[in-house]
Amino acid sequence: MPNKIVVKNLKKSFGGLEVLKGINLEVAEGEVVCLIGPSGSGKSTLLRCLNRLEKITLGEVVVDGHPISDPNVNINKVRENIGMVFQHFNLFPHLTVTENITLAPIELKLMDKESAKNKALRLLTRVGLAEKAEVYPGQLSGGQKQRVAIARSLAMNPDIMLFDEPTSALDPEMVGEVLEVMKQLVADGMTMIVVTHEMGFAREVADRVLFMDDGYIVEEGTPGEIFGNPREERTISFLNKVL
Amino acid sequence: MEFFNVLVQYFPSFSVALVETIKLTVVSLLCASVLGVIFGMFKVSGLGPLKLIANTYIDIIRGTPLMVQTMIVFYGLSQVLRPLGFSWSSLGGAFTAGAVTLSLNAGAYMAEIIRGGIEAVDKGQMEAARSLGLPYGKAMSKVILPQAFRMMMPSIINQFIISLKDTSLISVIGIRELTQNGKIIAANSASRVMAIWLVVALFYLVICTFLSRVAKFVERRVSYAK
Repeated sequence: MPNKIVVKNLKKSFGGLEVLKGINLEVAEGEVVCLIGPSGSGKSTLLRCLNRLEKITLGEVVVDGHPISDPNVNINKVRENIGMVFQHFNLFPHLTVTENITLAPIELKLMDKESAKNKALRLLTRVGLAEKAEVYPGQLSGGQKQRVAIARSLAMNPDIMLFDEPTSALDPEMVGEVLEVMKQLVADGMTMIVVTHEMGFAREVADRVLFMDDGYIVEEGTPGEIFGNPREERTISFLNKVL
Repeated sequence: MEFFNVLVQYFPSFSVALVETIKLTVVSLLCASVLGVIFGMFKVSGLGPLKLIANTYIDIIRGTPLMVQTMIVFYGLSQVLRPLGFSWSSLGGAFTAGAVTLSLNAGAYMAEIIRGGIEAVDKGQMEAARSLGLPYGKAMSKVILPQAFRMMMPSIINQFIISLKDTSLISVIGIRELTQNGKIIAANSASRVMAIWLVVALFYLVICTFLSRVAKFVERRVSYAK
């Protein structure tokens, strides 16, 4: 299968602090990759470099054939094809659920208002929130907000979805409903990169699990290998703490 | 009693002057909003030269009195630009000069209000908008500014009140607004000077109180649960 994402020797510094110290990664079409590791290990930064929410300090990132580390690439066009879901949902509070979902497709003239609305309704049905189409985000629970956020990303028909700790800000009883929606996406063959602390989810749906620590990918393998038979000292000690 | 006599007797003339005051305020505030958005955006742009332009403008306005600004715009510009055929009288006279001055003045304060409002919007909002593929301008106009404006509404109305009272200073160049009207009436009626100025004060008080009520109402209307 062709590679959707290729990362070569990616380095990222904030001021003098080097957060990513040389990342190499290839993600195939339809692959589900989970990034695990302790806080501050660079997981989120790596994810945010993939749609250039973080400027790339050094190295090469190619998404869908577009070298996004090149400043001349039209990043907006590339981003249309990469959905991103945030820990804190980041729904637009001044817009209704439907408007949240239709804003980008309409503004970017990918759809007219009518078809964008229909699409929003289909997506809301898919995430189980059709009855919330006309409410404002403030009236939703955390789990509902995150499902709307996923629907909002899907409205752009992305090939790739990035999830940045999508369940970390949720009350425990709402984690399941969001993971359920994500599992549907996996079943549909979406290429996904998920930064997560949900080891159960990673074990169940990931094709590959990457363990990051201190700016490096320390170990990678199938969920069976990483969770069943980790080789690196740091992986073992991290998994002992979280499992 | 004198107060009521003055109020009744000069009500028509003060009403005309009040309209002038409001016209001056509204026109200036509209222009100031445009200036405020432009220079506010300059300040949050993160681009050195734009920030420098905005900061210079804001520093000059904040560092000089409105009355002096008025003199520079009205008399100073007339003198310097006269060789080029410029004159305020061909552009609507003192009213235009006053509106220009007040716009420039309030624009600087509005820029600060708008910058504050934009910076108060959670930065995840911009990230979410950009990650959907929206360009910076669209993300700003469709996502950030609508939220920022809600937060800024009370400050904007407050600026409205300040500018409304500032029109009083602009009377120096001879616009017959409330204060100037008071001066003219008082000049012919020295024995009733206290009553006349109390009437002037009352007009300002009523309209400013009304505006702050509006501010409170708007504040309640635009707030929404996060």
